Amino acid sequence: MSRMDPMPALHVKSPAQMAGKAPTATSKVSARAVSVFYGDKQALFDVSLEMPERSVTALIGPSGCGKSTFLRSINRMNDTIPKCRVTGEIVIDGQDINASTVDPVLLRAQVGMVFQKPNPFPKSIFDNVAYGVRLHGLAASKTEMQAIVETSLRKAGLWDEVKDRLSAPGMSLSGGQQQRLVIARAIAVNPEIILMDEPCSALDPIATAKVEELIDELKNNYCIIIVTHSMAQAARVSQQTAFFHLGKLIETGPTETIFTNPKNSRTQDYITGRFG
Amino acid sequence: MTEHTVRSFSQDLEELSGDLARMGGLAEDMLSDAIQAIASRDLALAETVVARDPQIDNLEVEVEKKILRLLALRQPLARDLRQTISALKIASELERIGDLAKSIAKRVKLIDTIEPSTALKGVARMGRLVTAQLKRVLDAYTALETDAASKVWARDEEVDEHYQSLFREVVTYMIEDPRTISACAHLLFVAKNLERIGDHCTNIAEEIHFLVTGEQLPVERPKVDALNRN
Repeated sequence: MSRMDPMPALHVKSPAQMAGKAPTATSKVSARAVSVFYGDKQALFDVSLEMPERSVTALIGPSGCGKSTFLRSINRMNDTIPKCRVTGEIVIDGQDINASTVDPVLLRAQVGMVFQKPNPFPKSIFDNVAYGVRLHGLAASKTEMQAIVETSLRKAGLWDEVKDRLSAPGMSLSGGQQQRLVIARAIAVNPEIILMDEPCSALDPIATAKVEELIDELKNNYCIIIVTHSMAQAARVSQQTAFFHLGKLIETGPTETIFTNPKNSRTQDYITGRFG
Repeated sequence: MTEHTVRSFSQDLEELSGDLARMGGLAEDMLSDAIQAIASRDLALAETVVARDPQIDNLEVEVEKKILRLLALRQPLARDLRQTISALKIASELERIGDLAKSIAKRVKLIDTIEPSTALKGVARMGRLVTAQLKRVLDAYTALETDAASKVWARDEEVDEHYQSLFREVVTYMIEDPRTISACAHLLFVAKNLERIGDHCTNIAEEIHFLVTGEQLPVERPKVDALNRN
């Protein structure tokens, strides 16, 4: 299979590594003292977090707490915002993604993203899924392309609903179906990391359950990082939970611990619904 | 602790605490009256204890219903979740304490052949100790004080010691005067019931510790010699 070339490994140790903060063996993404500024305003303060592979990390916190900003720094989406400045390191497989040698377009194929509002391309259902595969030359033949599209749509729980109208516009689907189409599109390029920003906030409970089942399945192969406002969803889908407040990472730990016995009183207040 | 943003959630939890306080109060009164009835052979008082047991049973059913509803409708988390689960368990401990107090009260008429003896006094003394344990653990629950709860937990050894010495004493009476065997056997059941109530108090203490800290107390309680050093 023609995957993108692995990114060159860093040979120079980062200051964080020198300080003994080397990621654990299973860490897929390591954030080290990440701060994000929008102009003069600092949105994220010194966030360090290890996100293991083959597992789901949930980012929770009230609106404006910096969780989406943090998520967007993992595939350099913040680059697209003028006056936005990122300091610290985001390391994926030992590579600082903000290094000048890293191509953000290739990075975003490796780090797929699903947004709150479904954003299908103004193309057919088939082409929506095939788009990235074509762009990165991942299918050698028409048959292989068809197989990738079908597998991706099946994994996204959408195949049975759209198999008879693959040439219909993606926009003609319902909101819930569009979201699953977008997830199929992200999966199609076989990313290693999938970022999800409130992926179920516009979906009904059945569609939400399908996406959650999908997340559960995908975590066997991928590192998934999900921002969610639904405490129940974070509890259901994630193995690690990180709580953000006012741009700072307040507490992180196994999801079970965060939801039964959080150590920090702000975490406690937030997840029990006591935030003023 | 601050209020929930949804205030009716806080009200639900407060209502639950209120129900448990009522159950605790009932259990405490039943126990001290049962012991009083044994010590003074007050049959009328004993009957009121038996008559009060359904109240505590009904409250337990009520608490269970409320907790089921709370879990389904509010999905409590973290400390709220621990509070809800410990309330469920404490309610069942209190219901058991009520049953045991009733069982003690029922034996008042069966031990009236015993002369007022040191054995009866010993049971009354053990009863007062257990009543004090129950009162302390209920106070600790109201105030959510884990230190006070841990003290109750550690003091159960004293209850056990009382039970051991009472057991030996009552057996001696039976040997000395076989006519008292039947009554003494009932007295032993009373002592055993008190010992069990002591255990339920330690279970409540464990729940308080879990509620407040999120951690379990060690499975084994400290041994006698550890206590004597204090």
